[in-house]
Order: sequence, then C-alpha cells, then structure tokens
Amino acid sequence: MNRSRRKALKTSGGLTVLSLAMASGLFPGLAAAADWNKVAFEAKSLQDVVKAMGGAAPAESKDIAITSPDIAENGAVVPVAVASKLGKTESIAILVEKNPNALAASFDIQAGTEPFVSTRVKMGQTSNVHALVKADGKYYYTTKEIKVTLGGCGG
Amino acid sequence: MADPMKIRAAMAGDKVVVKVLMAHEMETGQRKDSAGKTIPAWFIQNVSAMHNGRTVLNAQWGPAVSKNPFLEFRFSGGKSGEKVTVTWTDNRGEKRTDEAVIS
Repeated sequence: MNRSRRKALKTSGGLTVLSLAMASGLFPGLAAAADWNKVAFEAKSLQDVVKAMGGAAPAESKDIAITSPDIAENGAVVPVAVASKLGKTESIAILVEKNPNALAASFDIQAGTEPFVSTRVKMGQTSNVHALVKADGKYYYTTKEIKVTLGGCGG
Repeated sequence: MADPMKIRAAMAGDKVVVKVLMAHEMETGQRKDSAGKTIPAWFIQNVSAMHNGRTVLNAQWGPAVSKNPFLEFRFSGGKSGEKVTVTWTDNRGEKRTDEAVIS
C-alpha cells in the first residue's frame, strides 16, 4: 500500500518538475511574444519605425514634451519621460536616433491612463531622442538632443 | 526564476501613480564577452499592467531599455486598497507577474 503511494508521489513529482521547467522558459520559442513588432524594433530611423507601425509621415508637434537631463553622464541609464497633450493619445514611443536600432520602447495608452510614461533607456552616444506619439490615428513627434559623456553600449 | 519586481502604487489626487522596478539583465545582443563571442540578446519584450481586470498599460520594449528597468505611469479610476498587477515577458519566453496594493 505504501509502495503504490510512493510511486504515485514520484510520478506526480516528475510532472511538476516538467511543468515548472516549461513555466520558467526552459523551452524558449514555445512562448515567444506574439505581439512584439519585430520590424519596428529593427528599424534604423524615425521614418522606418513609423512605417513599421503602419503610419505615414509623422508631423512635428509642440504638444509632446520630453523630460530628461540635457547631459547624461552614464549612457547605460538615461531617464526619459514623455508627456503628450495631444487629444486621443493612443501610444507613446521612445526612439534614440544613433542607437543600433532606433526604437527603445513603445507604450499603448488605454482610456483612463494618462498620456505619460517615464522609463530609463540606454544610449550608445550623444544623440537626438524622439518621442513619437500616435493620437487620433496620426503620428506626431518631438525631438530633444541628449549629450552622453559615457556610452551605454560598450563592453 | 527572476527576482520579484518592486511595485509602488499610490494615489495622487484622483490618479494612481505606479512605479515599477524590474530585475532583468536586458542584454542588448551587441556586446561581446572576453572571448570575443557575441553575448546573445536577452531582454523584456512585453509589459502589461492590469487593474481590476482591466489593462491600463501595454508596452513593447527593445533591448535599449536599461538594465533593471524602471517604469512609471499614471491612470485614473483606481482607489486605495485595490490591486495593480504587472506582468513582463522576455524574449526567452520567461514571465513574471507581481502585484501591489494602491496606498
């Protein structure tokens, strides 16, 4: 009686290990993120990113504000905040022009969520940083140069 | 398994301010190790935040987001005592979900 109980425990234990392994991503590829815009993240310029997101030529706008230091000492950690005053803001993206791939992050703004995000990005060198906002189906952007004293992509 | 996120959610007027600090390497795929081999990219690709079963923020990230990423956002319609849940998924398919109570 005890024997079979042990056996049963063993079997279920093995199953748990397997499911744990799957949950912790030992099998990559199975759970690859479906909603990740690969083309946009591989684009090199603002225009290409907008194209990859399915938009046309973005217009410059004064209703978008980038809050960041003018000079970042450490390019590995550059705080960047973007606030949009455009009505019906649907998404906010942060782009670093001179990084190997321009797009750093993109945020979907839901109804009820303020059109504001703050995060930290890496910058390889002094570069223009664009905030790209999709509002009411159209794309708008603003640009700010951030000087970097120490690059963030070095070994 | 990745370390837990630090999440702070606090009321500021009628809005909830959420600050999240995630523990993740955010390897770019650009760097090389001492043997000259490229270190494969490993970074968070998707982040989502839920409140009362409603998504309040969805994000797609590239490897240019800093190591141990920080994220701040604000939404309305929350009350103190309610929960905010944040989930990230990285390019290896690893996932982590944590929650915080709005104070």
